[in-house]
Amino acid sequence: MTPRLNPAVVAVAVLVYLFLVGPLVIILGASLSDTTYLTFPPQGLSLRWFENIFEISAFRRTIVTSFQVAFLATMLALVIGVPAAYALSRYRVQLPPWLGTLFVLPIIVPEIVFGFALLKSVAAGAGAPIFVALLAGHTVLVLPYVVRVIGASLSSFDFSIEEAAVSLGSPPMKTFFTIVLPNVRAGVIAAFILAFITSLNDVSVSLFLTGPGISTLPIQILAHVEQFFDPTVASVSVLLMVLTVGFMAIVERTLGLTFLAK
Amino acid sequence: MTQPLDLQSVTARYGTTKVLEDLSLAVGAGELVSLLGASGCGKTTTLRLIAGFLAPTSGAIRLGGRDLTRLPAYRRNIGLVFQNYALFPHLSVRGNVGFGLKQRGVPTAERERRVRAMLDRVGLGEYADRLPAALSGGQRQRVALARALVIEPPLLMFDEPLSNLDAKLRVDMRVEIRQLQRSNGTTSVYVTHDQEEAFSISDRVAIMHAGRVMQFDRPETLYRRPANVFVARFVGFENIVPMRVTAREGASIQAEVAGIALALTEEAMGPVPDRFLLGARPEGLLATPVAATGIPATIGIRTYLGRAYQYRCDTPAGPLVANGPLSQPLDPGTQAWLVPVPDQCCVLSPERTP
Repeated sequence: MTPRLNPAVVAVAVLVYLFLVGPLVIILGASLSDTTYLTFPPQGLSLRWFENIFEISAFRRTIVTSFQVAFLATMLALVIGVPAAYALSRYRVQLPPWLGTLFVLPIIVPEIVFGFALLKSVAAGAGAPIFVALLAGHTVLVLPYVVRVIGASLSSFDFSIEEAAVSLGSPPMKTFFTIVLPNVRAGVIAAFILAFITSLNDVSVSLFLTGPGISTLPIQILAHVEQFFDPTVASVSVLLMVLTVGFMAIVERTLGLTFLAK
Repeated sequence: MTQPLDLQSVTARYGTTKVLEDLSLAVGAGELVSLLGASGCGKTTTLRLIAGFLAPTSGAIRLGGRDLTRLPAYRRNIGLVFQNYALFPHLSVRGNVGFGLKQRGVPTAERERRVRAMLDRVGLGEYADRLPAALSGGQRQRVALARALVIEPPLLMFDEPLSNLDAKLRVDMRVEIRQLQRSNGTTSVYVTHDQEEAFSISDRVAIMHAGRVMQFDRPETLYRRPANVFVARFVGFENIVPMRVTAREGASIQAEVAGIALALTEEAMGPVPDRFLLGARPEGLLATPVAATGIPATIGIRTYLGRAYQYRCDTPAGPLVANGPLSQPLDPGTQAWLVPVPDQCCVLSPERTP
């Protein structure tokens, strides 16, 4: 027996999908347009705006910078966040309750405020090089996602499993890597993807930390739109989507994207 | 292989709360000893101290002459069976059981052979490649048992290993655990809050309360000759009546409570001091409507136990619980007499009341 669908529910669902997919379709269409201005539906088909991305050196450089920063910041956040998340759930009873809240502050504080604070402290205050400041800013920006997501998968982790391993002769550090980590692998992958995308998309924090010679792709897109109205922006958006999806596909192939099923 | 375990005045204090106080316990080689008590009595803390997951504030833990007190948990070589099995979810049954051997650097071929032999022993030979999630509760507990036994530890410890299983399986498993433990002769510590479980499988039982061992004895002794009021109540002596001996003639004794004279005999109850507490299970006080040398009582609530009726009674010695035969149901409000059955009673010294 097939359940009867309420036509209103169907209509709402269709609308939601339309709003989700529609803009992407429009961007894709606009990126393929042969015109010198943004338009949809595309007039004539051409890949010239994709070529144009690579002719503008600022796009070439910022794509590389964005991916470098996103990858390194994510890895740093994992190195800091995984032990932090572990400690927060393992010693939840002993630790003060505000300690966990501390790690979500970068989400709670408006990003623009947070970016400005970083400018004052890391970039201007400590006089760090732009790339280092950017990396530091993004690491702190994505850290909450890592701590929260891994913390969530650790909350269902039974720590007596760890004790069982120790009682069988496995030293604590080794136990962490052979027993704890494999069991929160899904959470680590999810945290990785979430952190990576967050860093790649960020505008507010980067706005304060980028400087002469070094910028990120979203900042460059903004700068470009302010001056030109050609379909390059659409092409670079499509390219960004393709790169992100491709990157996630690699992560999925190598680590297994099981977290989506859980 | 099998070694005695010795806890020497172990005290554990966390912050200002004393969890264990001056606890001494000697478990003989090959013996199975249960730590029995309600939650918060310190039994699990004791187990975790022996395992090395907690450190004592003072005192020493020795296993076969080796001092474990300062040894990290992973070097203690103790087999542990957890309440929730604590199997490694990402490893197969074979991987779980072989884990301890791997840590000990046992070569693959020998490891495989020993894992296989152990799995056959617990009847899981054909489940070697399954993941824990694909096993039933009983099977998981067998894997946990195999995993702890395969490393041939000098000491095995069980932390409420059966409390997640259903009643029927629980009884089967405890017989199985006892059999494996007997045939291996491994010294074992078994933590439980279930009195029947503890009494049925243990050589000796330590009844714990508020971080102390109240009595450490064979189950038969605990059941019949509790050493103090706490243990007496714990093993079911629901009635505790203070009494005074008025006359002795050989083993026969006349005792008195609230002006009521009772005839008792030392033969069934052990030596009786002049002032004592009489402990009686409900089945140790026979409720009868016929005037007899017993405690006069007014019958209150009657409940049906299957093998007998049980009565809550009001007596000059206070409220008491007594049993009566099925052939003679007594109605609430009627007058009866409660006659002590000496071999269902115990004698407690008043000065040992905690």
